Amino acid sequence: MSDERTLPPDHDHWLVRPRTIRLLWIVFIAILVLTIIPDLFIDQYDHFGIEATFGFFAWFGFLTCVVMVVAAKLLGYLVKRKDSYYDA
Amino acid sequence: MTLSTLSPGLILVLGGLLLPLLRGRGRDLAVLALPLVTLAAVWAVPEGTAGIVDFLGLAIEPVRGSTLGRLFATVFSIMAFAGGLYAVRHARTLELAAALVYAGSAIGVTFAGDLFTLFIFWEIMAVGSTVVIWAADTDRAYRASIRYLLVHLFGGVVLMFGIAAYVAETGSVTFELMQLEGIGTWLILAGFLVNAGAPPLSAWIADAYPEASPSGTVFLSAFTTKTAVYALLVGFAGSAILIPIGLYMIFYGIVYALLENDMRRILAYSIVNQVGFMVTGIGVGTTMAMNGVAAHAFAHIIYKGLLFMAAGGVLLRTGRRLCTDLGGLFRTMPLTTLFGTIGAISISSFPFTSGFVSKSMISQAAADEHLAIAWFLLTAASAGVFLHAGIKFPWFVFFQKDSGLRPPESPGNMKVAMALFSFLCIFLGVFPAPLYAILPFPVEYVPYTVAHLVSQFQLLLFAGLAFFVMLPMMKRTTTLTLDWDWGYRHLAPRVVHWIGHVGSAAWSSFAAGPRQRYDAVVGGLFRAHGPHGPLARSWPIGSMVFWVAIMLLAYLLLALL
Repeated sequence: MSDERTLPPDHDHWLVRPRTIRLLWIVFIAILVLTIIPDLFIDQYDHFGIEATFGFFAWFGFLTCVVMVVAAKLLGYLVKRKDSYYDA
Repeated sequence: MTLSTLSPGLILVLGGLLLPLLRGRGRDLAVLALPLVTLAAVWAVPEGTAGIVDFLGLAIEPVRGSTLGRLFATVFSIMAFAGGLYAVRHARTLELAAALVYAGSAIGVTFAGDLFTLFIFWEIMAVGSTVVIWAADTDRAYRASIRYLLVHLFGGVVLMFGIAAYVAETGSVTFELMQLEGIGTWLILAGFLVNAGAPPLSAWIADAYPEASPSGTVFLSAFTTKTAVYALLVGFAGSAILIPIGLYMIFYGIVYALLENDMRRILAYSIVNQVGFMVTGIGVGTTMAMNGVAAHAFAHIIYKGLLFMAAGGVLLRTGRRLCTDLGGLFRTMPLTTLFGTIGAISISSFPFTSGFVSKSMISQAAADEHLAIAWFLLTAASAGVFLHAGIKFPWFVFFQKDSGLRPPESPGNMKVAMALFSFLCIFLGVFPAPLYAILPFPVEYVPYTVAHLVSQFQLLLFAGLAFFVMLPMMKRTTTLTLDWDWGYRHLAPRVVHWIGHVGSAAWSSFAAGPRQRYDAVVGGLFRAHGPHGPLARSWPIGSMVFWVAIMLLAYLLLALL
């Protein structure tokens, strides 16, 4: 069992084979597209004048996540230390 | 005092204290039965006060039934049961006993009709939880538990001063909605916020909880912070200052969890994030917001407990806690992976999970109040939750690279506990009616509309896309992240050390003058005692007295406030 990593990829668990991962990406992107299409037909609540625009929650979710990851990365340069920092 | 003025929480407190007397099956049975007996007792308490007891001239209400208190007591009992089931085979008796006392005192708070009773249970909670951490029996856990205890004793002192000042100002000890005027209410608020993990004292959660045993952390995740949420809901609903505090906690939790490598510390930061949603909702303070906060606390305890159970199973089986050491465990721990993933999608508020029907009420309340900044930040944070907990935790622990580890599945009792909580996560998501029925106000909110489903799927799935697109930037490193606790873990010891140096030198030169005169007056006497005379020996005592004086001065200043 433990020497699985040295075997060719197709012998690993089916879930981590490159073919499966490619398929998962295709399915994922298809679902992403599917979630945006209903915006053509339905009305979102509109409290602030922007949520009803096309695909708002999609781009807002994506962009804010990118911002959060980058912000965390930048903050990390400032406040990350070796995990033995307090043991000294 | 009659039987009805005995808090249902005492069943678990006393049961926990007596637990070490039991052995084997009797002990296991007690661990499982006591929370269920408590749950029945919780529901037997009628609305309103059960009686007023006069104590030192204060009107003490040990038991006051309320819809909100019952909701929290219910989920605390459920948590004590499931946690006990999860822990019963591997945890030490000390941990189980402390956990029962801890859960019981949290339930005691939810029935406290006055601030005095609340304070007593509040402090029992601090001691019980400290012993839970202690029971892990490692040096790291011991040191973390002492830091944890110091933070909570500090919070307790602040709360005590607040209560004393409040009673002096108003003459009332009743625990009810307070207006933020006068030093008393501000100190009470600060005392509550320490336990909620609000800034600047947020770090104790991620510092202490992950040092407990696999099951200890499950208990710890539930009670302290959510009791604080309960207390804030009763005492400070609608206090606008809670909105920025809650929003800070939300983003602190996300950013620190993104930087973290320890799997249980990721989840601990995520507690601060989730409690941040609740604190924000308490600040909004409308009936919709308060319903949302109560529902979210209920749902949160269950899915967060579930996440910590999955992490605990991994820790128990692999002995590893860092994402850099883990990965690929889905191969041999498929059920733990499944349960952990259900917890992860619930915390992310995926449709048909408990998070979806609870958290969205808080955002909706912010929208209804036209709090634009809060709403946009809450929406971004909802995406961020999926990012830092919903995907990050299962991905780095169960998937990502193959770590080569092939641990066996979690033990049977742990699987049953996880299955129970997984069921509740989905059940409450699909059938929110039973949860809505026990909320403090009538619920007019309809979670399942086409618009809400579409917006939530868009938000979460595109957050998921961002995660995988940004994956190279999230490569785990064997680091920790500095926090405000750097002040008391790193800076303060060095400052004290430095003052010790400089202070003793300064004291010597300061005392040199008087010493000469003293020497002149009682010189003969002094010499009679030889070169190692009493004065020479008094230097260390002298500097100690100096420090005692400083402490007393600080104490006096606090008392004068």
